[in-house]
Amino acid sequence: MNETPVLEARGLTKRFPGVLANDAVDLTLNKGEILALLGENGAGKTTLMNMLYGLYKPDEGEILLNGKPIVMNSPNDAIDAGIGMVHQHFMLVPVMTVTENVMMGDEETRGILSRIPLLGRLDRQEVAQEIEELSNQYGLTINPNDTIKDLPVGIQQRAEIIKALYRKADILILDEPTAVLTPQEVDELFEIIHELTDQGVSIIFITHKLKEVLTNADRIAVLHRGRLVGTTTPDEATEASLAEMMVGRSVILEVPKEASKPGGEVLQVRDLFVSDDRHQPTVNGITLEVREGEILGIAGVQGNGQRELVEGLTGLRHIDSGSVHINGVETTKFRPRHITELGVAHIPEDREKHGLVMSYSIADNFVLNQYYLPPYAKGPMLQQDTIDEHGRELVEKYDVRTPSIVTHAGNLSGGNKQKVIIARELSRDVKLVIANQPTRGVDVGSIEFIHNQIIEQRKNGQAVLLISAELDEIMSLSDRIAVMYEGRIVKTLPAGEATREEIGLLMAGSEA
Amino acid sequence: MTTNDEKQEVKEGIVKRSLKQMIVPILAIVTALAIGAIIIMVTSGSLAEGAGKVVDGYGGMLYGAFLKPNGLLNTLVATTPLILLGLAVAIPFRTGLFNIGANGQFLIGALVGTIAGIYLPLPPVIHAIVVMACGFLGGALWGFIPGILRARLGAHEVINTIMLNFIAVGIVNYAVREVFRDPNTTSVRTYYIQESAYLMRLSGRFNLGFFIAVLVAILIFYYLFKTTWGFSLRTTGQNPNAAKYAGIRPTWEYVIAMMLGGGLAGLAGIVEVQGLDRFLTEGNTSLGFTAIAVSLLGLNHPLGIIPAAFVFGALRTGGDYLQIRAGLSVHIVAILQALILLFVAAPTIVRWYLDKFKIQVSAGEETTISQGWGG
Repeated sequence: MNETPVLEARGLTKRFPGVLANDAVDLTLNKGEILALLGENGAGKTTLMNMLYGLYKPDEGEILLNGKPIVMNSPNDAIDAGIGMVHQHFMLVPVMTVTENVMMGDEETRGILSRIPLLGRLDRQEVAQEIEELSNQYGLTINPNDTIKDLPVGIQQRAEIIKALYRKADILILDEPTAVLTPQEVDELFEIIHELTDQGVSIIFITHKLKEVLTNADRIAVLHRGRLVGTTTPDEATEASLAEMMVGRSVILEVPKEASKPGGEVLQVRDLFVSDDRHQPTVNGITLEVREGEILGIAGVQGNGQRELVEGLTGLRHIDSGSVHINGVETTKFRPRHITELGVAHIPEDREKHGLVMSYSIADNFVLNQYYLPPYAKGPMLQQDTIDEHGRELVEKYDVRTPSIVTHAGNLSGGNKQKVIIARELSRDVKLVIANQPTRGVDVGSIEFIHNQIIEQRKNGQAVLLISAELDEIMSLSDRIAVMYEGRIVKTLPAGEATREEIGLLMAGSEA
Repeated sequence: MTTNDEKQEVKEGIVKRSLKQMIVPILAIVTALAIGAIIIMVTSGSLAEGAGKVVDGYGGMLYGAFLKPNGLLNTLVATTPLILLGLAVAIPFRTGLFNIGANGQFLIGALVGTIAGIYLPLPPVIHAIVVMACGFLGGALWGFIPGILRARLGAHEVINTIMLNFIAVGIVNYAVREVFRDPNTTSVRTYYIQESAYLMRLSGRFNLGFFIAVLVAILIFYYLFKTTWGFSLRTTGQNPNAAKYAGIRPTWEYVIAMMLGGGLAGLAGIVEVQGLDRFLTEGNTSLGFTAIAVSLLGLNHPLGIIPAAFVFGALRTGGDYLQIRAGLSVHIVAILQALILLFVAAPTIVRWYLDKFKIQVSAGEETTISQGWGG
């Protein structure tokens, strides 16, 4: 292309104490194009975007806007330059309306006092009207008067995009925009993105989902350990080639596994009813069983009772009625500790909320649910040396990338946090593994590792209950697939007979 | 693998980290003293006069708190209850609770212990120990109430501990005035506890209480950081959801933490009686609030609380001489205390000039008050 790129980075380098986060990165963004930025967790994607958005100052290199060098000292400079950013975690005030959120920091005022700073009346109407214009122009359907907290995540994201457009952004940076969306919302988002680029907006979106990149991007830039390892296009690249660029070695996306030889029933659930936090019945009569050496995958769009099911099974949530048996022992009324002691491994859905104590060392997190047992404790005294030794072993065995075992769990990258949990849960002598969204937000290399670990459990004769919103994960790991919709299992079928289309339809609630 | 080297490294890391953690509190104290000096100068007639007052005042404080005969010992006497009360705040804090009720627990502990001291016919030593145990139990009971209310009903402990402070004052005043009052004196106080329940005085007012407080702080350090019980408490404080996941029962930990904290506040109350007055008077105390500052300055760490209590103890004993030597208001001491608290609670201010002097406190090792020491 001969046109001057709208945004260009030349040799951007950023160092943090002990880390070279970005190493001489070159990046160009052309007008009206969708540039996908791929990379593992910790590859330096966010650092790079933060430099382009004025949050960090590059140590070396320069940024050019429409061919002219520009120095940005704060996001305000970036906004003035027409660069907008939609963060992964939204920067919205939940109790305010869409309009109020959009105008925040850039308030329109009217009335006689509006010339005096801080005294004008807020002109919500004017802004609401402008939002509607923007929403018509780009197909961003939204009601300006809705309160943010009442809106689904996908719509909240639109509010973020409108916020940027309202500030006249013609370059949009989207940080992992699809991580929080349902499959349908993802489709809608990409429709919007294409509409935006058709009208001349240029977009950088960060992700580690390969499929999205291949179907939606115009160009793909891949970062690995802070360096730009290559730029390619969807025509030239395949999922495998992208994964290889990201991880720096070839990655097996399809997990090879032998045919299952299921044994006796390990988990037996009969007619289970569980309510959610608002006392609404959420699991409505689930019956299922998982056998030794078998992976039962539960497919379903998030929020169809999966969380409550898992919490019910692991003793974290009260069971209204029905029964749970683990290895023949009725555990319906058991506490989490009893259930853990029966040989149940639980990989929780939200690793930061349930799975780890961020301010504890990795070694302490490894014994989070065994700290009171020998050899980690003698009577009431913790055996810190044994705990640390155990920590060192697991760090090595499960390839947790950490400076040391005393590093706080909170300082690890997402993939490594998950590895700590996997190591803790699967290194014990377990009979049943309950894995809820085990690879959410984790990079390709770690996904491969986690999948192999799960397959390994199955090979060793453990029963595995896998809950995932990623259809691919369910399809490639499970021996049987149960589809969950509105708190019920609508159908259970052998993995060999299942097709993506059928499962997709069942997930959407249609009786296939 | 050279595990021994690694172990050494880990240990050195811990020492280094502890030293780094101490930078903020120490600078908080220095900054508070500096600003206190400015306040003294600004409120004086002239710069020279102000400078003189600062020298006299701070010099007087040093003299009163350390140098004068028995000055250091008096400071240690003032430090004693602050150590125990600081622990009474720190333990619930580590569990994720705010114990604003140390005052009430202090009073109830003192009352229960005093009753045991007056009436129980026991031999020396054993009597003193039993009386301390009673003080502990009285405070623990007063901590149990907000603990169980939080665990069972989710009632917020801040509100309940504050209300229980008032109830404690009422109960103690009634008991002192109407039930256990010594009729042989005009002053309103209880009977003396028996001599067998006294804590031995070593010199002047300085008594065994100080050593008991230090010993308790060391024990609590082991309890919090070296035992499975402490692990459960701290895990609950750091992340109650993860604690539940790990099989810990947060509600149960709340009750334990409040009872233990209340018990230590009660112990502080009875040790004051056993070591100093040997009887109980009516009236309130505000030591429990000072203790919140002590706990924060000590980074909510049992071993940090000892020097922190010492600092506040010194301010208390030295304060009189600030007034005598420089003719300054005693309120200067209150201002100093408030400034110290301000700078510990808002470490960003201190960190700003850490940056100026290029002292590195890396992000992972920050001490934020809202999250505690981090174990």
